[in-house]
Amino acid sequence: MNIVVLVKQVPDTAAERTLSEADHTLDRENADLVLDEINERAAEEALTLKETAGAEVTVVSMGPDSALDAIRKVLAMGADRGIHICDDRLRGADLVTTAKVLAAAVRTVKDVALVLAGNATTDGQSSAVPAIVADLLGLPQLTHARELTVDAGRVRAERETDNGEATLDAPLPALVSVTEKINEPRYPSFKGIMAAKKKPVETVGLDDLFPDADGTGLLTTRTHVVEAVPRPARGVGIRVTDDGSAGRRLVDYLIAQKLV
Amino acid sequence: MPDVLVLVDHDGARVHKSTYELLTGARRLGDPAAVVVGTPGTAARLKDPLARHGATSVYAAESPEADEFLSTPAVDALEIAVREVSPAAVLVSATTDGKEVAGRLAARLDAGLLVDAVDVDPAGVATQVVFGGSYTVRSQVTHGLPVIAVRPGSFEPEERPVNAGERQLALPPVGRAASARITARRAVLAGDRPELTGATVVVSGGRGVGGADGFKVVEELADVLGGAVGASRAAVDAGYYPHQYQVGQTGKSVSPQLYIALGISGAIQHLAGMQTSKTIVAVNKDPEAPILDLADYAVVGDLFAVAPQLAREVAARREAG
Repeated sequence: MNIVVLVKQVPDTAAERTLSEADHTLDRENADLVLDEINERAAEEALTLKETAGAEVTVVSMGPDSALDAIRKVLAMGADRGIHICDDRLRGADLVTTAKVLAAAVRTVKDVALVLAGNATTDGQSSAVPAIVADLLGLPQLTHARELTVDAGRVRAERETDNGEATLDAPLPALVSVTEKINEPRYPSFKGIMAAKKKPVETVGLDDLFPDADGTGLLTTRTHVVEAVPRPARGVGIRVTDDGSAGRRLVDYLIAQKLV
Repeated sequence: MPDVLVLVDHDGARVHKSTYELLTGARRLGDPAAVVVGTPGTAARLKDPLARHGATSVYAAESPEADEFLSTPAVDALEIAVREVSPAAVLVSATTDGKEVAGRLAARLDAGLLVDAVDVDPAGVATQVVFGGSYTVRSQVTHGLPVIAVRPGSFEPEERPVNAGERQLALPPVGRAASARITARRAVLAGDRPELTGATVVVSGGRGVGGADGFKVVEELADVLGGAVGASRAAVDAGYYPHQYQVGQTGKSVSPQLYIALGISGAIQHLAGMQTSKTIVAVNKDPEAPILDLADYAVVGDLFAVAPQLAREVAARREAG
């Protein structure tokens, strides 16, 4: 069984994130970049399947040179090989382009039974890319899974969203996106980190993924950011230290603000 | 005026409020046309309320298996509707399902996709709030049809009665190999409290609450204020409160009129999910807690003293009338 895991390097949510003034894309130079934590759980799920059912795990990431760190981390966790999609023309790629490029990279892997991804990345949070990749590949989408079972050529997932819970069932091959709840990702061992250095990582660009395309259709920018304005910092508010009456005084404030 | 297609959120019997909001937003761009995807008979049940809220056409995309498969029938229906109607735009609610439907549709049509819009102007420029409220971004679709997923709560539902025309759209059979079948559904038990993302008041507890028992104080205050209960990631990770109530970067984003943070330090993870709230009140023992600097009203004090006093006082004032 071949499993492909889609991962993304994102700015650490524990730090400030900014958009570049020039083109409103993420300011990567000033960001602390990490492997997205939900993607890490997708990788963990792939590695669990590798151990229980036997699988070769390929990790795919699109991004600049630094994205190689995210790939190496998943290799250190135990994945077998990596595909790094690196092309300057993909800077600021929209959701549809991103999904098309990821789908093309998945197509380069033979006999894929399962594509795994996180249900959202913590930077964009659009939460749409896995479903789009599934549609482009003609695979069933089993998104927002908090539990996953692969057995006898079928995949079953427990899906959990704001709308409630559902059990999903589909034949393989399929795409599954996982939520934060699915597992606790392992830490790469020292041995894993050393082994990861020797594992193969193929770097591909748009010309490799779309040899027959002239690139214009694929790279058409379908959306344009008119402006990006940092939201004004919230002004300093009222600050009190409780002397035993803070709760009562707070009610006066809430009434004055017409909040109760 | 050109049609603007609106995907109807419904439970088979009732139209969800988010759809009426979309119809309001759609009127800025053209004539709102509602697309109902469901089992046979659904559109007929939903037509009147949709027309009352301004849907000039109701397209019925019905098949016996429409509810059986995840998202695919809705994507198919919108794709067919777009090809038949050539609309000016397609609007869906930016719910979990809506965002996926919008994305798949945009990919099939090679359309421009904008997700999580909080406003749309008559020129089709959508406003989005990114990075947990640290930036306001205005974007426009420059190529292909605009497919816009609008965050629930962004528009006011309006009654605008019209006579709606009805048309059938033939849904193709769902491809078994390319679609996930829904074999069971369970509603998440929310109890009597309002749903977190749409609540006007949210009271959240953090690690300072100290344990699952301590959350009773949070719940009591929420109930007095008619609000929803939230929890910080630290509180969820510590097992104090269930995951589905997590507010923050990897949880839910909320934007209520009033957000009360009890025993929450204010890690960026959490702020990203709540800092667009209109008024923020924070109670924390630690005078250095970052959330106190962000709050409109900050109390340095013990939440177990302040919150119950606040709850009692609100109840007493109500009774006094």
